[in-house]
Amino acid sequence: MNPATALKDAAVTGLVALALFTPLVGLRTDVSPTGGLYLRQRWSDVAILVGLAFAGRLALLAWRGRRSLPTASTAPGWWEAPLRRLGAVFAPLLLAFAVLMPLSAFSWNLGGGFVIPALTGRYELDLGILVLTYVMLGWGLNIVVGLAGLLDLGYVAFYAVGAYSYALLATTFGWSFWACLPLAGILAAFWGILLGFPVLRLRGDYLAIVTLAFGEIIRIVLVNWVSFTGGPNGISGIPRPTFFGLPFSMSGEPGTFAGFFGIEPDPSHRIVFLYYLILGLALLTNWVTVRLRRQPLGRAWEALREDEIACRALGINITTTKLTAFAIGAMFGGFAGAFFATRQAFISPESFTFIESAIVLAIVVLGGMGSQIGVAVAALVMIGGFELFRDLQEWRMLVFGAAMVAIMVLRPRGLVASRTPTVTLSGRKRAISGELVGQGHG
Amino acid sequence: MPCRIPFARGRGWLSVLAGCFTAGGNARVSASYALQQLINGISLGMIYGLIAVGYTMVYGIIGMINFAHGDIFMIGAFVSLIALLLLGAGMGLEGPAALLLVLAISMAITALYGWTVERVAYRPLRGSFRLAPLISAIGMSILLQNYVQVSQGARVKPIEPVLSGGIEIARFGEEIVSISWIRITIVLTTLCALAGLTWLVTRTPLGRSMRACAQDLKMAALLGIDTDRTISLTFVIGAALAAVAGSMYLLFYGVIDFFIGFVAGVKAFTAAVLGGIGSLPGAVLGGLLIGLIETAWQAYAPQHLTPYKDVAAFSILALTLIFLPTGLLGRAEVEKV
Repeated sequence: MNPATALKDAAVTGLVALALFTPLVGLRTDVSPTGGLYLRQRWSDVAILVGLAFAGRLALLAWRGRRSLPTASTAPGWWEAPLRRLGAVFAPLLLAFAVLMPLSAFSWNLGGGFVIPALTGRYELDLGILVLTYVMLGWGLNIVVGLAGLLDLGYVAFYAVGAYSYALLATTFGWSFWACLPLAGILAAFWGILLGFPVLRLRGDYLAIVTLAFGEIIRIVLVNWVSFTGGPNGISGIPRPTFFGLPFSMSGEPGTFAGFFGIEPDPSHRIVFLYYLILGLALLTNWVTVRLRRQPLGRAWEALREDEIACRALGINITTTKLTAFAIGAMFGGFAGAFFATRQAFISPESFTFIESAIVLAIVVLGGMGSQIGVAVAALVMIGGFELFRDLQEWRMLVFGAAMVAIMVLRPRGLVASRTPTVTLSGRKRAISGELVGQGHG
Repeated sequence: MPCRIPFARGRGWLSVLAGCFTAGGNARVSASYALQQLINGISLGMIYGLIAVGYTMVYGIIGMINFAHGDIFMIGAFVSLIALLLLGAGMGLEGPAALLLVLAISMAITALYGWTVERVAYRPLRGSFRLAPLISAIGMSILLQNYVQVSQGARVKPIEPVLSGGIEIARFGEEIVSISWIRITIVLTTLCALAGLTWLVTRTPLGRSMRACAQDLKMAALLGIDTDRTISLTFVIGAALAAVAGSMYLLFYGVIDFFIGFVAGVKAFTAAVLGGIGSLPGAVLGGLLIGLIETAWQAYAPQHLTPYKDVAAFSILALTLIFLPTGLLGRAEVEKV
C-alpha cells in the first residue's frame, strides 16, 4: 500500500474515532450538587484517543504492508515447539515451583549460621491461592468446554452452589470443612445434572446463552431469597478450615495446630495450609481429567466434541456423555466454591456474577481449550495481569474485554493451538493443529 | 410524574407506577389497573422488540449471537442522554423537535459503533471456528460496558421527564386510565422504525441482498452480492434500531446506567428466540410477549415474587429453546450431515 492511500485510510479511521469518542468521552454526564445532570467537556482526551487511532491504524498498515499477515492465525506460534520440547521439563518445573513457593515464606535456619531469609510474604501466598483457585476452575470448565465441547457460560453457578453449600452446612449444622467438601461437590454435580438435562438437545451458542441464563437465575435467587441465603448481605462467619480437626489458633494450646506439633504459632500457617489445600484440589482436578481422557468416558467426550452425529452412530450414549461432562465439571466447580467460602469466611452473590464465568472461560480459551498446561499458564498470566493492574480498577476490566477480543482475532485457538491426540494408530503421537479439532458443535 | 425515586438497578419503574395509580389494596385486580398494565407492557415490549430485531437480523445472516448488541443498545441510550442534555441545556431546544434530533444523532453515532464493532471484532473471525465470534462478542460486551463506565462514570443517570401529561382513554367509575405522552411517543416511534425497516428489507436493493445473504451466504457471494458490505450494513441497521430502543428506554424509565445492556440484551435475545430467530415479525411479536409477561409478573405476582421477574424472562428462554426451538414464527432448520 503506498503512503498516500495509507494516510487516507488512517485519516478515515481518525474521523470515525472522532465521531465515536466525541459524545461518550468528550462530554461526560455528571450529577450536579442540585441533583440534575450537566455535561463536562473533555476535549483533550478525545484528541489523544483520535491521535492513537490514527497512529495505530497507520502502524497496522505499515506492518501489514511489510509482511502479509493473516489476521486470524491458527498456525503454531514460535513458542509452541520449544514449549513442547520443554513440556516434559516445564510442567514438572511449574509444579515444583508451586509446591515450594510457600516454603519461602518462612526463614529457614539450616544450622552453622546459614540462614535462608523469608523471600515471600502473605501477599504472594494470597496471590498464589487466587491463581490456583482459577487454575482449578479453569481445569474444571475445561472438562465441559475443552473436552466435551459444550460451551458453558454459567459455570459460576456451580462455583456459587459449592460456596453456599459449604457456608450453609457449616454455619447451620456446624459440620467441618472435610465433611462438607464432598457434599458441596456432590450438590454442585447434582445441579450440573439438573441444569444439564433440559439443555441436552441444544447445541453451540444456544447452549451458551441458556447456561448463561441459568447462571443468572441462580444468582438472582441467591440475591432475593433472603431468609435462606442472606440475600445481598451474604453469609459471614463461615468457619475456617482446620488441619484435620486441629484449628489454626494464635493461642498455641495443645488442641491447636501449633500446639499439637509444638511449634511457634504463626498466622501464616493457615495461609500456607490453604495454599496447599487448593494446590491439592487443583492437582486432583488435573489428575482426574488426565485419567479420564484415557478411559472410555473421556474418549466419548472428545468424540462428542468432534462430531455428535458420528458419535451417536457409533453407539455412544449422548445423554450420559453430556451429563457426566456437566456433572464432573460442576463437581470441581463446587469443590472450588467450598474452598472459596472457607478462605474468605464471607460470601455474597456479588462474587458470583457473569463476569466470573467470563474470566474462567477466557482462561480456558486463552489456554487453548483442552490443553491442561495451557490453562494453568493462562490462569497465571491472566490473574497475575489482573493483579499488576490492580490500581487501575475500572480500567482493568476494559483491558480484559479488549484482550479477549484481541486473543480471538489474533489467536483464536489460544496459546497452545495444537493438540496431542489421545489415541493413534501408528503408536507415534504427533501434535496436530487445533484447527483440526472440532469445537462447540455439541 | 409525581414520583421521583432513586432507582436501583433493574428495579422496575412499573412498581412505582403501580404505586402512583393504585391507592387501595385491592386495586391490583381492577379493570383500569389491568388496562394500564397492558399499555405499559406494550410500550416495554416494543422496546424489547426493537432490540430483538438486531439480534435476529445478525443471526439470520451470519448465524452468530451478537452478544454485544445489548451494550450497543446501552450506548444508544447514553448518546441519547448526552444529545438531550446538549440540546436542552446548550441550545434550549425542547419538545418533539428536540426528541427527533436526539433520535437522529443517537441513531447515527450508535450505527457507527455497530459498524466499528463488526469491523474490529467479528469480520476478522469470519470462517473461524464457530464459537470464536461468540467469545469475541462477549469480550466486546465487557469492553463496551467498561468503556462507558470509565468514560461516563458508574453512577445512575436520572433525567427530568421530557414529556409530561397524557390523554385519558377510559374511565371506570372513579378510576381514570390515561396514556402518557411518553407511552404514545414510544409506540409511535417504534412503529415508524419498524415500518422503515420493513420497507428497507422488502423494497430496496440492500434489503434484497440481505434476504439473499440470510438464505445462503455463499451462494449470494457467488451471485455477485458484496456480502461483507451487506453484513456491515446489517450491523449498522441493527445498531440504529437499538439506538431508537435506547432513546425510548431513556424516556420510559427516566434513568440509565452502564449496566442496562446486559439484562435488556438477554431479554431481547429471549424475545428473538421466542419469536423464531431469523424472523423479523417474530422478533417484534416475541418482544411484545416478553414485555407483557414481565409487566404482568410485576403487576400480579405475589409481592415476595416480584424480584424474580428476570427469572421469568430467563426461564422463558430456556423453555422456548427446549420445547419450541424454532420459536413461534421461525422455520425449522434441517441438519445436514
